[in-house]
Amino acid sequence: MPLVQITSPHAHTSQSTSSVMLLVALATLPGVAALTIGFGWGTITNIVLSIIFALALEAGAVSLRKQPIGFYLRDNSALVTAILLGIALPPYASWWIILTGMFFAIIIAKHLYGGLGYNPFNPAMVGYVVLLISFPIEMTRWAAPLELVSELDTSGVSKPTLIESFGIALRLIELPAIDGFTMATPLDLLRQNDALMISDLKQTYPQFGAQGGLVWEWANLGFLIGGLFLLYRKIYTWHGPVSMLVTLSLLAAIFYDGGSSNSGGSPMLHLFSGATMLGAWFILTDPVSSAVSNKGRIIFGAGIGALIFIIRQWGNYPDSVAFAVLLMNFAAPLIDHYTQPKTYGHS
Amino acid sequence: MRKIWDIHGGIHPPENKAQSLDHSIEFAGIPAQLILPVSQHIGAAASPIVQIGDTVLKGQCIAEAVGPVSVPIHAPSSGTITAIEDRPIAHPSGLDDLCIVIDTDGRDTWHQPPSSRDFTQLDKATLVELIHNHGIAGMGGAGFPTSIKLNVGEPNNIKTLILNGTECEPYITSDHVLMREYSRKLAQGIAILAKLVQPEEILLGVEDNKIDVVAGLQNALKQHDFSALTGKATSAEVITFPTKYPSGGEKQLIEILTGKQVPTGSLPASLGIVCQNLGTAVAISDAVIDDRPLISRITTVTGQAVTKPRNFEVLLGTPVEYLLARSGYNASINNRLVMGGPMMGFTLLDITMPVVKTTNCILAPTEAELPTPPPAQACIRCGLCAEACPASLLPQQLFWFAQGKELEKLEQHNIADCIECGACSYVCPSNIPLVQYYRASKAEIRQRDADMQQAEHAKLRFDARQERLDRLEAEKIAARQARQAKAAANKAAQAGQDPKAATVAAALARVGAKKSALEPTHKAPASDPAPDATLATDVDDPVQRAIARRATQQQADTANPAAALQRAVESAEARLKKARLRLTNAEAEQDNNVDAFKLAVDKCQSKLNQARAALDAHHAAKNL
Repeated sequence: MPLVQITSPHAHTSQSTSSVMLLVALATLPGVAALTIGFGWGTITNIVLSIIFALALEAGAVSLRKQPIGFYLRDNSALVTAILLGIALPPYASWWIILTGMFFAIIIAKHLYGGLGYNPFNPAMVGYVVLLISFPIEMTRWAAPLELVSELDTSGVSKPTLIESFGIALRLIELPAIDGFTMATPLDLLRQNDALMISDLKQTYPQFGAQGGLVWEWANLGFLIGGLFLLYRKIYTWHGPVSMLVTLSLLAAIFYDGGSSNSGGSPMLHLFSGATMLGAWFILTDPVSSAVSNKGRIIFGAGIGALIFIIRQWGNYPDSVAFAVLLMNFAAPLIDHYTQPKTYGHS
Repeated sequence: MRKIWDIHGGIHPPENKAQSLDHSIEFAGIPAQLILPVSQHIGAAASPIVQIGDTVLKGQCIAEAVGPVSVPIHAPSSGTITAIEDRPIAHPSGLDDLCIVIDTDGRDTWHQPPSSRDFTQLDKATLVELIHNHGIAGMGGAGFPTSIKLNVGEPNNIKTLILNGTECEPYITSDHVLMREYSRKLAQGIAILAKLVQPEEILLGVEDNKIDVVAGLQNALKQHDFSALTGKATSAEVITFPTKYPSGGEKQLIEILTGKQVPTGSLPASLGIVCQNLGTAVAISDAVIDDRPLISRITTVTGQAVTKPRNFEVLLGTPVEYLLARSGYNASINNRLVMGGPMMGFTLLDITMPVVKTTNCILAPTEAELPTPPPAQACIRCGLCAEACPASLLPQQLFWFAQGKELEKLEQHNIADCIECGACSYVCPSNIPLVQYYRASKAEIRQRDADMQQAEHAKLRFDARQERLDRLEAEKIAARQARQAKAAANKAAQAGQDPKAATVAAALARVGAKKSALEPTHKAPASDPAPDATLATDVDDPVQRAIARRATQQQADTANPAAALQRAVESAEARLKKARLRLTNAEAEQDNNVDAFKLAVDKCQSKLNQARAALDAHHAAKNL
């Protein structure tokens, strides 16, 4: 073989950006499974449509930028963005909601900034927030847990099959009767009912479940397991997620008064409801838009944890992971500036 | 148990050391030809003291040290000098350099057979001189002349002597087998080092993947009474620590063993520490005790493209080709040939390159073993590089600034503290050749600094020149005024013999001279009233002299046209040189007329070319 001239180092780990991204995608499986079992096929239709749109948009953007399409699609970053947005959207989201969200995520938030590695904001969260602000009705219509749907005994397609679910997502089949099929989430209820004790809410609304809400607690547990797997595989360090979860729990513990009308819910409710675990282990761990050093990531995570609690408790939105992450994305360069590690030999 | 410290970052690449450890050290033999680069160390290249055709004997000095930072080179075997010329050498640049080539005679006759010397009787100066004269330079990586490192002065503040037995690079086992098989010599070398630097403690640091050599080393060290050598209560310890790359970096090893960080920009000596490579210690033992110069070393030959990986005792100058042939090298499956290890070694394009004083390993991997790197993907700022960096730098930030050529930002982020260990590139999931970016940026910073220094220097020179010209001009004008005054006075005296008038004229002239000396110089010559008659009669006048010179020259030129043409070439050359100087100055000053100066240089160049052509034509005509 002809000898090549290459500068050192010559050895290299087998880990590649593509495989890291693929691992992240796989690590969402437990959480996705919990959501699917709990809410029906709507999460799967979200994810599948998101992936299709994301890859198409990514290919279009890359070809417009005159770059090799296959090379960029293979980095699997669009795949991860699509899965995360698909999970975040209400199940059975309409195709045009998904397409709009993916357009903002892939085109506006990523490629207009220069593509992978140059985006200051988490693309999936940009897509999500644009949708939440633009289409509040569609974005807050969350599916009811399947076990409650059966209790309500509604007629028609109350529990759509996979095929029917795609029909609903493409709006070829009308959404089943709103009242039985969709239902306020525990965090919605908490936001809307300031005058009731949490214990009262739990009695009135069966979807509260044991800790963070029916299905929600299992989904959060699933994302926690996926996150711990990624931590074990050294895809990222503990600093960001743990810092966020600790800050959120601390603030929840400080402001929790046992469940009065003003109380924001127990730390367990905050940890295992809404998008907490997804945010901690899959969103704020996006390296591109987060702080760089370990110290920086502790600050970054703590800021997100604090913002989540503040918005959930005093803001207008029931959940706030996306806002909190985007706000801290703004702060990441500043955090980086003040958290440079001390170089060897410098005092 | 002695406390050890951890370093930041580091990686655990597959070690791949077992392959070359099965065999004991084997003498590689005497190749037909030895190629010895005169620059195998940091500092000035050695200067050859042999001629082509000379017969040299083993151990004979063939190139002597030039200046203080330099070491001599010795013939590794007996034979005949057949060439002293530029050859490809083992250097990352891939450039050629001056090499002395010996065709060996196979007799291996010693110039001076090795003797045995009792080093305890020698004083420090003699020891340092022996180490220098036997051509010893650091055999670990950089090849810094060892005698300088050990010349610590008296009294010195050295507290700790560290021997680097880390060998953290994958594949390389030359220090491992050295510790395994040369422990007695190593201990002798350490004893000599101890006598030289008089440390309070001697630490031999070994990674825990070489635990098998520890007992042997401890036994060998016990043979020496270090306290007697240093006059202090000196302890000598073998210290093992967890295997991690790059623990063997000098700064890293110092931190592991002492918990101290070498301040940036200073040497370990500032902390009272001297660090030495093991091969160097053995070479010192050879030089001082056996009077044997540095003419061979241990080199690992390994990788899946050789069937018999092992360690060789190799004569310096042995072509890599020769070693590979003895190791069952299969060129058809070898994709790159690395001198050094897989983390910091450099690739060879020519297998005739010789082994030098710093060659610890020849690595011949297959494509499957060390695959060609795929194209780099985007940096996703994952931060793995920052976690791996042993210098606690932020590699991805450096990469960002390197791409934008932001040299000042790079300096602010301490790029100078990068040891180029390659840990960041190793872990990068996007396959970005980070170290390559840093090397290029460091070179750009060096170039920028050099340019700035040069510009500063040129400016000073220009200012000084301008000042000198102004002064000369003023002096010249003053002198001319004085001459005119004198001439006028003489004229007046001759004409009327009126002493009064003469005095007045002289006074007027003096005032005039003073005035014009104070005036800006470049105006003066044109406005100067210069009576022709005075000039014509003045024998000291330079113009007259020039006219006379020209006349004589013309006569000579008609007699000898070749000389005239030759002189034309010379004067054109001189003019070109001057024009270039002016251009440089103008550029340094950022003069608006740079283009004009460039034009002048071009003109002078074309005139020179014409003159040369004329001369050549003349010669050609003559030869016909």
